[in-house]
Amino acid sequence: MFVARHIPADHKDLIHDVSFDFHGRRMATCSSDQSVKVWDKSESGDWHCTASWKTHSGSVWRVTWAHPEFGQVLASCSFDRTAAVWEEIVGESNDKLRGQSHWVKRTTLVDSRTSVTDVKFAPKHMGLMLATCSADGIVRIYEAPDVMNLSQWSLQHEISCKLSCSCISWNPSSSRAHSPMIAVGSDDSSPNAMAKVQIFEYNENTRKYAKAETLMTVTDPVHDIAFAPNLGRSFHILAIATKDVRIFTLKPVRKELTSSGGPTKFEIHIVAQFDNHNSQVWRVSWNITGTVLASSGDDGCVRLWKANYMDNWKCTGILKGNGSPVNGNSQQGNSNPSLGSNIPNLQNSLNGSSSGRKHS
Amino acid sequence: MREVLIPGVNSKKKQMCFDWGPGEMLVCETSFNKKEESETKPGCPFIYIIRKDIDVYSQILRKLFNESHGIFVGLQRIEEELTGKSRKAQLVRVSKNYRSVIRACMEEMHQVAIAAKDPAIGRQFSSQVSILSAMELIWNLCEILFIEVAPAGALLLHLLDWVRLHVCEVDSLLADVLGSENPSKHDSFWKLVTILVLQGRLDEARQMLSKEADASPSSAGMCRILGDLMRTMPVLSPGNTQTLTELELKWQHWHEECERHLQDSTFASSPHLESLCKIMLGDEAALLEQKELLNNWYHFLVTRLLYSHPTVKPIDLHLYAQSSLDLFLGGESSPEPLDNILLAAFEFDIHQVIKECSIALSNWWFVAHLTDLLDHCKLLQSHNLYFGSNMREFLLLEYASGLFAHHSLWQLGVDYFDYCPELGRVSLELHIERIPLSTEQKALKVLRICEQRQMTEQVRSICKILAMNAVRNNRLGSALSWSIRAKDAAFATLVSDRFLKDYCERGSFSDLDLIDNLGPAMMLSDRLTFLGKYREFHRFYGEKRLTDAASLLLSLMTSQIAPRSFWVILLIDALPLLEEKEVVFSAEQTYELMRCLEDFASRRPVWREPGVQRIQEDVENTKLEMLRLALARNLGRAIIKEGSLEGS
Repeated sequence: MFVARHIPADHKDLIHDVSFDFHGRRMATCSSDQSVKVWDKSESGDWHCTASWKTHSGSVWRVTWAHPEFGQVLASCSFDRTAAVWEEIVGESNDKLRGQSHWVKRTTLVDSRTSVTDVKFAPKHMGLMLATCSADGIVRIYEAPDVMNLSQWSLQHEISCKLSCSCISWNPSSSRAHSPMIAVGSDDSSPNAMAKVQIFEYNENTRKYAKAETLMTVTDPVHDIAFAPNLGRSFHILAIATKDVRIFTLKPVRKELTSSGGPTKFEIHIVAQFDNHNSQVWRVSWNITGTVLASSGDDGCVRLWKANYMDNWKCTGILKGNGSPVNGNSQQGNSNPSLGSNIPNLQNSLNGSSSGRKHS
Repeated sequence: MREVLIPGVNSKKKQMCFDWGPGEMLVCETSFNKKEESETKPGCPFIYIIRKDIDVYSQILRKLFNESHGIFVGLQRIEEELTGKSRKAQLVRVSKNYRSVIRACMEEMHQVAIAAKDPAIGRQFSSQVSILSAMELIWNLCEILFIEVAPAGALLLHLLDWVRLHVCEVDSLLADVLGSENPSKHDSFWKLVTILVLQGRLDEARQMLSKEADASPSSAGMCRILGDLMRTMPVLSPGNTQTLTELELKWQHWHEECERHLQDSTFASSPHLESLCKIMLGDEAALLEQKELLNNWYHFLVTRLLYSHPTVKPIDLHLYAQSSLDLFLGGESSPEPLDNILLAAFEFDIHQVIKECSIALSNWWFVAHLTDLLDHCKLLQSHNLYFGSNMREFLLLEYASGLFAHHSLWQLGVDYFDYCPELGRVSLELHIERIPLSTEQKALKVLRICEQRQMTEQVRSICKILAMNAVRNNRLGSALSWSIRAKDAAFATLVSDRFLKDYCERGSFSDLDLIDNLGPAMMLSDRLTFLGKYREFHRFYGEKRLTDAASLLLSLMTSQIAPRSFWVILLIDALPLLEEKEVVFSAEQTYELMRCLEDFASRRPVWREPGVQRIQEDVENTKLEMLRLALARNLGRAIIKEGSLEGS
């Protein structure tokens, strides 16, 4: 059912983020060794490192791909207080033969005074736009008005969150019923127990982002946050990585005619809370249809959460290490029968009854 | 809940960062606690790629997926035609089709298992066969109980068939024994006869007994009597017009006759025969002695029903099922998942059957197709009003999503999404965008699918991605055709500009075929129109259609669709036409040209590179001077020509 293969990462220090591109055929890794590596998957399914270069003068925390409609574009953010945008240049044919590609820096975003902790591209229908958040508590939204000229980015918005920010998530919904929305999480551990998740919504009239909601019940440091892809729901789903995994729904409340200028109000419900990771949960991320949430935590595992057709959320899988050392580069992996049974006894129940039978 | 072990990761010391991909998950060891600058640590962690591979044993399972896809689509399509009495028969036929596909797959896989050189692989294939067999067993029972909806009487016959199909190697044993010189002296003779009786195959059992009678005259009499009992057991045969009550009555008499023989110790001198008689009386103890031959509790159940309650009603089944399970296991072992699934079926709890199967089987194939079929039988609605049809869709969506992880099976997934009315379309939209467009063929296939379903946004997006990729790799013709397909005017303008820029630099166009055959697509953007028309101008000139060329050139200049940067070229293009022997431009046209020239001269674009500027300007100025001269000369000639007789 699950085939696991591994490739040596070749980073000289801790890896902080891994990111698939839109089609799952390329990936990027970033590390405390200040570099980013890009890997390509060949037709036969093998992964090769096609680029490796120094991107910052400090640990690189996150790396993310832009939508392929904008070309082959990456963004990275770092402890060195900057975020950067990179574009792949189609190289000489020699490079192609050697399986190498070149990435050039298109811009450096230097507005932050502190470590930039997250960088995320906005949904593609908003154009080529990205948001960064920093330990200085400010979320900055940049836009490149000319998609063919990636060296021109302008700072469009600065949103002050008042708390040191650790993560951001754009609402991927492209429905016209929803304005652009961004959620910000904070891992601020100062004694003022302020709510650690804030949601900002873009207002067409004021042309600014205004705070729409604060999740008052989340008071522990938040490490990651993720809106789920929307399959046509009228409400939003937000996952939060804090001292446990939490999933909230946000139902827009119908706007009164009088307050049509203000941000949407939401009915907030918590639909799931899991503390199986035992302590801190560090990352949360949704699959492409928003039906499965994956989380990773202090217990060293990745857990998969899914709602059944009754909307009850349960853990449906765990990825954990078995601790045994592995050598070298193995593009093959362990495999289990694909129609397999979770419970081997299903097979045992039939032993002696039908194996090797002739069928009429 | 599935647990996947990743070798090499130490979950006690490290945490993991990860990312979802369309078909895989990336996982990497990391440590989240330190956010400050860290000292360089020695370390070379691995990146893990975890794939939910639905098709490890490629060829054979692929056939299962492909063929069941055909049955599924066929079923959805004939839904409207399924009416009245024939409906049930047709649904049963569909069910049998599914089952035969499973069996074909089992057979093939079994062959591969036997032929495998590596014993480990052989074992893996064998276990696959077992799982498929379990699936067919469950499906078959569901067919009998839920789709066929066999009533009392017929129910038992169906169950007998079911058991015979799935249990024991009777036929090969039969062949073995019959083929031997002295069948009745064969080691397995009595075992065979017992099995035949357990399975209700009394005719064959009787034949065996007659062999024994021939071989051993002392027991001939007993064999004959038992044989007669076998022959006279009342059974409901298809087409038989007797009612259930009549059958019950006859059966009761027959049962009493058997009982009498037992009381009279008719078979006392042959333990084998006596045991057989007890079995035929439905004696539980006698049946349980044959546990090994029965092999499982559901065989025990059916045999028990055959010889004690042949007219059992469907609603009473579950009582016998539960007690059979309990008796058979005898407290020595506990029920296994398969047992629970079958029990749920006997209880007519369809929801429970599906739920248990979903848990026990790690692939959605089985539950998705079975649930869909049961939904067509209108069973889910009556059982589960709240989420009946949603469950079908939920399972189909899961199955189809899984198919999209595969590089070619995704095409099957498309049809499954089509038949999910609530979320099928949007799920398809999300999945189909992610398919890697590794070849033009694949891209075209994907686009065709989107266009057929009016998924205009996906078409636009996919074409845009392809166009962007083409531009980056300087394949302008490809970029242009994708922009046109995407109806992306802005990008078409961009690519046209590139073409024109290329022409400025090199003096020729690439991809002439494409530009020359734009047709109505030319109208997508002004710049594209200009590109197409400009090429047309070149063609006119090449074909010596000079007046046409001249008019076109002039209209290109006056219609304002020419980019500023191109005006010089257009103006200079007029030169060769002006220098032709014959007068090509009329006087009026010449005035127009002169106006354009002065217009241009007064608003010259600024060159960006200062060094080059001088030289470029000089060259341009020279050319423009030549043009002024040529225009003046042409004006003269044109006026004369128009003034004289042939011109007017």
